Amino acid sequence: MIWRHLGRLIRPLIRWGSLVALTVFGLAACSLVEIEDAPLTTFEPAGPFAERIDAVFWQVFWIAVVIFVVVEGGILLIVLLFRDREGRKDPRQIHGNNKLEITWTIIPALILTVIAVPTIQGVFDLTECGDDAMPVEIIGHQWWFEYRYPEHGIESASVLAMPIDREVCAYMTSADVLHNYWVPHLMGKRYLVPGQETTLRLQADEPAEYWGHCAEFCGLSHSLMRARVISMTQADFDAWVAEQQQYAVPPEPETPAEAGLRVFQEQGCTQCHTVDYGPDYQGTNLVADEFFNGPNLTHFASRSVFAGAILPREGQSWSDGLREWLANPPKVKPGSFMPNLDLTHQEIEDLIAWLDTLK
Amino acid sequence: MTATAERRPATTIFRRPRSTTGFWAWITTADHKKIGIMYGYAAFIFFLVGGLEALLLRIQLSAADNTFLTAAEYNAAFTMHGTTMVFLFVMPISAAFINYLLPLMIGARDVAFPRMNALSWWIFLFAGIFLYSVLVFSDPAAPVGVEGVAGNLDPADNTVLGGMPDGGWFGYQPNAGPFYSPGTAMDYWALGVQFLGLASLISSVNFIVTIFNMRALGMRLLRMPVFVWMSLVVALLLLFSLPIIAIALFMVTFDRQFGSLFFVAEAGGDPILWQHLFWLFGHPEVYILILPAMGIVSEVLPVFSKKPLFGYAAVVFAGAAIAFLGFGVWAHHMFASGISPVAQAAFGLSTMTIAVPTGVKIFNWMGTMWGGRIKFTTPMLFAIGFVAMFVIGGLSGVTHAVVPSDWQQTDTYYIVAHFHYVLFGGSVFGIFSGLYYWFPKMTGRLLNEKLGKLNFWTMFTGFNLTFAPMHWLGLQGMVRRTAYYPPEAGFDFWNLVATVGAFIIAAGVLIFMFNWWRSKKHGEPSGIDPWDARTVEWTTPNPTPEYNFGVAPTVTGLDDFWHKKYAEDSEGRPVRRPEAEETLTDLMETGIDPPHPIHLPAPSYYPILLAAGIPLVGWGIIYHTSFVGKLLILVGVLVVASASFGWSMEPLEEPHDEHDDSDPLGGGYSSVEVDD
Repeated sequence: MIWRHLGRLIRPLIRWGSLVALTVFGLAACSLVEIEDAPLTTFEPAGPFAERIDAVFWQVFWIAVVIFVVVEGGILLIVLLFRDREGRKDPRQIHGNNKLEITWTIIPALILTVIAVPTIQGVFDLTECGDDAMPVEIIGHQWWFEYRYPEHGIESASVLAMPIDREVCAYMTSADVLHNYWVPHLMGKRYLVPGQETTLRLQADEPAEYWGHCAEFCGLSHSLMRARVISMTQADFDAWVAEQQQYAVPPEPETPAEAGLRVFQEQGCTQCHTVDYGPDYQGTNLVADEFFNGPNLTHFASRSVFAGAILPREGQSWSDGLREWLANPPKVKPGSFMPNLDLTHQEIEDLIAWLDTLK
Repeated sequence: MTATAERRPATTIFRRPRSTTGFWAWITTADHKKIGIMYGYAAFIFFLVGGLEALLLRIQLSAADNTFLTAAEYNAAFTMHGTTMVFLFVMPISAAFINYLLPLMIGARDVAFPRMNALSWWIFLFAGIFLYSVLVFSDPAAPVGVEGVAGNLDPADNTVLGGMPDGGWFGYQPNAGPFYSPGTAMDYWALGVQFLGLASLISSVNFIVTIFNMRALGMRLLRMPVFVWMSLVVALLLLFSLPIIAIALFMVTFDRQFGSLFFVAEAGGDPILWQHLFWLFGHPEVYILILPAMGIVSEVLPVFSKKPLFGYAAVVFAGAAIAFLGFGVWAHHMFASGISPVAQAAFGLSTMTIAVPTGVKIFNWMGTMWGGRIKFTTPMLFAIGFVAMFVIGGLSGVTHAVVPSDWQQTDTYYIVAHFHYVLFGGSVFGIFSGLYYWFPKMTGRLLNEKLGKLNFWTMFTGFNLTFAPMHWLGLQGMVRRTAYYPPEAGFDFWNLVATVGAFIIAAGVLIFMFNWWRSKKHGEPSGIDPWDARTVEWTTPNPTPEYNFGVAPTVTGLDDFWHKKYAEDSEGRPVRRPEAEETLTDLMETGIDPPHPIHLPAPSYYPILLAAGIPLVGWGIIYHTSFVGKLLILVGVLVVASASFGWSMEPLEEPHDEHDDSDPLGGGYSSVEVDD
């Protein structure tokens, strides 16, 4: 009894539920057309390699759409046409049909052959770096990317600067676990493997800032290992290189910045962080242990993001981001190798003042 | 079992257990049906645990920068969700189906090695408990980061949940190795999965021998139901792929416990080697998870279309082809790992070829329904849902074979969407179809159809709401295994939709549980043949008698039971034979009241005893540096050794058991190789 009543209640619920679900999918389809503001999207290739991948993707996508419509439409049609109704005769007992079965073995095989062509061309065209590519070394750390420019003698972190219209060949390795370098606007992914070298081709068409993310699970704070790429004109890039090649300028005595430098030295930050004041500097040498290093901070203030490109957060100022970070790094990034040093408010402000001098 | 031994045989420590009901009957049983039922319930409980973990993940991801879970808890939850669903739900529930149905479908009294069957079940159960015992024994304050150069964790982040294994179900090295996961959690994972593999390996041998040796008179290989064929293929897959993961997991355990350096790059080890070994097992594993469901669907679709399976031989060979090709595609999980372009192209091509036999299956299922008289019962709805959803998973699967495209999509939510369409829309829908279809076999009652339909539509809606948006999220750049995403990434809306969908799935599961609980007692009695079925397992009363068949069946063709009930007219349409009802009544009577006494495999204490030693060794290895650990290893080894000895000395039957040598099934032990 109760089931009949329940059924009466539930049936319209199901009907309306499916309608709502359909509407949501309609909306989903619409959002496919309108590209949302998603900084990691794979749909806005901004360089020749990503464009090539995008082209292959759409070729396959439209073939898949046709197959999807035919097969799902077929299922729906069969289910509607042959549902059991009053007066329907029992079906003829057909055990198979060799011609049909051979046909639907050969047709998918042919479709796959068509798909295989751009696949294999793509693999061979996109894997090996070009001869005149600019080399950059990318080293993965838990949880940030380190960049080295062997041609220019520069070290950087979290932000990769590169000239436009010039191929960059990334020679990659990892200092600890597997990482995976991914800047969707420029190229697909490639692992960073400890003890091995992998390469990845990157190239951008326009000056812009792109998001990246470590794509291989790399431990506790994998979700907080992000990256930023800034592409600039060759002239801007040359200027940037010249700037980065400078030594840091020691702070004036008796300033908050000078106090900040003292905090940096006294707290043992130099165990991991290098700040290169050059050979003429009179103070203590600030070169980190080669084995266990954190980001090189010589030009820290020139980077728009830090701490694995997660700070400053959207709407947060650069110094507020630093305040959050210095107050308790493991809270911002669980498992961080930078410990909570229980810095006082004054020490943090001094450190920020000093870090701001590292342009 | 029918008679009592007068005196204790000299060759055994324990008298053979004699309870046929109650607690001890279940503990000591060697009956494939009881073992199947226990497998099923245990797997379902793990399904609920894995589902709970999934809900935790979905709540965490419902909003940007959510703080519901800590990073450690999130990593632990996704690791255990994957491990649980693969090793503790889909595999054992497939084992439940195969255990229960395989002997019935080939007309046998039991599997070839009934005690080994019990052994594999008890090892599975104890391994599952061992794996989750990490919650009791874990040290939440275990160090993080590199051993010796510890990373730092906010004290508030030390939680019990976060102390579970957190290196991913794929356990990529070196992250899951001794230096980057220094606690004990990943040891529980490595050994737990090792023991689960042992259970599956034992089953696989048992099933293969059963299928080749225990078929009823006239049950030629190409007369076996497709489900039996798929069970055979899965058993062969297990047999060849499990040794690979067993060795790989031993290497991990040795790296972690005894300082071997297989995967430690600094010492010349190779982290990529782990991936090759893991996926060389892991990809066949995917087919281990899906093929039983394909078998179920191949049984259900013909019954409710009132037509034979379209292209039976093609479906069988396609299944075998998928399994064979499945060993040659593993590196498509590693297109971003830096393997050479030649390797990438080769594995891209081999992956594409798998689409051909898969397509054959789908088209043959459609051909089965074409022109049929389709009844929308719940098992049929789930089976159609399977076909429709598997098509989507298959299509997105082909896009992974397109290597350049995969460089963008790998390790994003696009992959998560893909394999949930295959494993949830595929395997889980297939499993639910089978649960509804064979519930009467187990209980003699039907599950409620109205609740069943409600169950299907909630799960179907929830499933699509959860996983369809993930395609989009992945293409928009959402990386897998991430606990946080920033608000400006633009992932909020579709993640929220997915979370709502996950709770709708949960509601569907609750409906199912209510239906099961209610129908077990109050469901409509099914009679012997509730679905007008085609295969041999329905020729015996429901619930299945302990001895399966009152009289051993003989088989004269594919879908033998159907042809006993139906003839064909000149147009090829089925006409019910006039004697059909009489045949059913006869089957009912001989099933309930067998004409000869039947000998059955006797229960035994040794399987559970032997299995109980194994987790002891596991705990011992993890804590081997302490005295207790060494003691545990010793005790565990002694238990295993003495149980094996007692087992081998145990007589096949009590000396005074009466049994009838004229029973052509030979009491479930000896093989019957009769081919007409």
